[in-house]
Amino acid sequence: MLTIEKLEKRYRTGDRALNGVSFTVDRGQVVGLIGPSGAGKSTLIRCINRLVEPTAGKVLLNGTDLTTLNGTALRKMRRRIGMIFQEYALVERLTVMENVLSGRLGYVPFWRSFFRRFPAADVEKAFALLDRVGLSDHVDKRADALSGGQRQRVGIARALEQDPELLLVDEPTASLDPKTSRQIMRLICEVCRERSLPAIINIHDVTLAQMFVDRIVGLQAGQVVFDGPPDALDEKALTAIYGEEDWHAMRKEKEDEARDDEEAAAFEQAREERMAGLV
Amino acid sequence: MTGVAAAPRQWRRPPVLIQSRLWRWIIYGGALIYFLAAFGTLEINWQRVYEGLDRGARFAQGFLLPDFVTRANDIWRGMVESVTMTVCSTIVGVLISIPIGLGAARNLAPAPVYLLCRSIIAVSRAFQEIVIAILFVAMFGFGPFAGFLTLSFATIGFLSKLLADDIEEIDESQAEATRATGATWWQIVNYGIQPQVMPRLVGLSLYRLDINFRESAVIGIVGAGGIGATLNTSMQRYDYNTAGAILILIIILVMLAEYGSSHIRKWVQ
Amino acid sequence: MPAGSTLSGRTWRKHTTAGEWAVWLGWFAAGVVFVLSWRVMNENTIWAFVQDAPRQAGDLLSRSWPPRLSYLNKLWAPLWDTLNIATLGTVIGTVLAVPTAFFAARNTTPSALILRPIALFIIVASRSINSLIWALLLVAILGPGLLAGIIAIALRSIGFVGKLLYEAIEEIDESQVEAVRATGAGGWQVIDYGIIPQVLPTFAGITVFRWDINIRESTILGLVGAGGIGLQLQSSLNVLAWSQVTVIFALILLTVILSEWVSSKVRRAII
Repeated sequence: MLTIEKLEKRYRTGDRALNGVSFTVDRGQVVGLIGPSGAGKSTLIRCINRLVEPTAGKVLLNGTDLTTLNGTALRKMRRRIGMIFQEYALVERLTVMENVLSGRLGYVPFWRSFFRRFPAADVEKAFALLDRVGLSDHVDKRADALSGGQRQRVGIARALEQDPELLLVDEPTASLDPKTSRQIMRLICEVCRERSLPAIINIHDVTLAQMFVDRIVGLQAGQVVFDGPPDALDEKALTAIYGEEDWHAMRKEKEDEARDDEEAAAFEQAREERMAGLV
Repeated sequence: MTGVAAAPRQWRRPPVLIQSRLWRWIIYGGALIYFLAAFGTLEINWQRVYEGLDRGARFAQGFLLPDFVTRANDIWRGMVESVTMTVCSTIVGVLISIPIGLGAARNLAPAPVYLLCRSIIAVSRAFQEIVIAILFVAMFGFGPFAGFLTLSFATIGFLSKLLADDIEEIDESQAEATRATGATWWQIVNYGIQPQVMPRLVGLSLYRLDINFRESAVIGIVGAGGIGATLNTSMQRYDYNTAGAILILIIILVMLAEYGSSHIRKWVQ
Repeated sequence: MPAGSTLSGRTWRKHTTAGEWAVWLGWFAAGVVFVLSWRVMNENTIWAFVQDAPRQAGDLLSRSWPPRLSYLNKLWAPLWDTLNIATLGTVIGTVLAVPTAFFAARNTTPSALILRPIALFIIVASRSINSLIWALLLVAILGPGLLAGIIAIALRSIGFVGKLLYEAIEEIDESQVEAVRATGAGGWQVIDYGIIPQVLPTFAGITVFRWDINIRESTILGLVGAGGIGLQLQSSLNVLAWSQVTVIFALILLTVILSEWVSSKVRRAII
């Protein structure tokens, strides 16, 4: 269980990125964090694993306050929190396997990681995860040889290799096409349910979020302005989060895209039927 | 999790640099043998090294307590020679590099001119400044004039090559467009090529100014004038405080030249 | 059509802006500086010697030809020494350059206030001073021989490799480093997984490139007594044995061409 209490972040420039954010994520719950760019979504999830230092407030993960940890304790905390990144953030010149095994770095001593001699159980787990995300054929390929969707799958496997108690996901679909985006979102939500893993997913795509997550938190100028189930996200709520015009434009775009997809699917199906008729 | 209790699968990192096993063995084994042989033939007189440590300490001291005053005249003369040599050789070198660079560009010059210019470049690049300085000193006598010739010659090799490569890589369509208007060869160079390579030419010239100054400190060792000669003399006199002062001045001037030229380059581009 | 232009009364001239005036001023200043420098530089030049140069050159040529090929046999051992000076110097210099570069790079330095300026100073000092000058100093300190040459090459290589490597480190993709850090990796693991894979190819390329330059530079270190084929050059010059000098020059040229070929092959294979 993750509890965030009155979290604040002020940058040295004086910008207030977070302004007293509080909410709780239960075991197995997938939370979609939405909001316009600059609302503090990215800062918020980086404050949880302290890639960004919060200025005030508390973050409690299963009882421990993460904001007070330092040195080794901080590293031991980080290894329990898996993170998936916007531009995949794989180490491009390492192989897929090395990238997945890098999820164990917080658990193994330096010499093991240096000589790539990970414990057999870690390697076995990495193989199982690569099977799960459908990349068993690419184990020894270099990460930069993969497509965007495949890379994000490696990113997911790396995060799960950590045996995390919490998953932080930063715009997982920002650099993917619509179809791959849905596949990736589905995969993330499925693995979270399989493991009863709580997750916070930053996502700018409201429709996509509504499709997959259990709960939505809306952030605006560093404050929570909406918190509820996806169905409760009505026009009023969206206006509060995004302001008058932006979300209209956004939704319209999405609908067009969805209609295009539907039409394409219908077209495909019709063609297949025709082909079948010919045979 | 799949939960299947199969035998744990093995994984080994694929080799990073050399994929073929045979070549890996040949290259690593060869390197090992080479290093053994190299260390085997290394004759080091540790006794002499040990005795020299004392001098090393004195030199370090000289560097920390530089003496700019005692030989101020010599240092000043050496510096002036170095700087004037640098300036003259860079200017002359750049002026000569431009026609040679044009001649060495395949898309501009006819084959015989191209071959001639490329061979001038090849000769100039093959030999180091110091080797050329030896020859010029033998021909023109000791002093900065030989140094000036050396640096000019080296500048030609450096600059013409880069200039020619640049011209060969220009956007052909611009030169083509100029040619299509019925322009003469000179007009093509002036309108189609010069605007494209000019900023880089200025940048490279400034960079070469920098290099020429550094080199001017070296060629004095074989008698071609400049601060190198002063440094050499002070080392022979075991006057480490003066040597330290000269080194510090060289470092400062190089730093100034580097910062100055990077600013001008930014301003030009 | 002059008639047309007078009719409309419009003319066009390239506009001379303040910037262009500045450029002309720059050219003028360059001209003045050149004339002044030329005068100062040639105060002590004896023009009689300069006029005599063609005759000297002819004399030199006649004495260097034919080359004394039998001298080659005395050159193989010094050539081997030269190769060793360059290679061992490169290895030592590179090993020292790596930590220097990590201290100098803004994103990896352990202390931006103390270590970074020191590392940057080491790099600048090493780069400003030519390996021949380093050799001159080291021969005075350590005595003549290979060791002085190796250390001279190493000291000069620190700056070269260090500068290019620290620039490469500063240009890495930070998100990959952040991702490794987020797994709970320790400092060394972050370097091993996040940074080294990103800079390794550049580093290998720089090292081979520097080795090629070092071969070139180590051929002349003997002029100041730091071992290698330059020693032979120096002694031949001392006795004005130009026919031997020709042989040495030819051998140096061949070595340099060969090392350039090897280095370009290897670099292409890496990248």
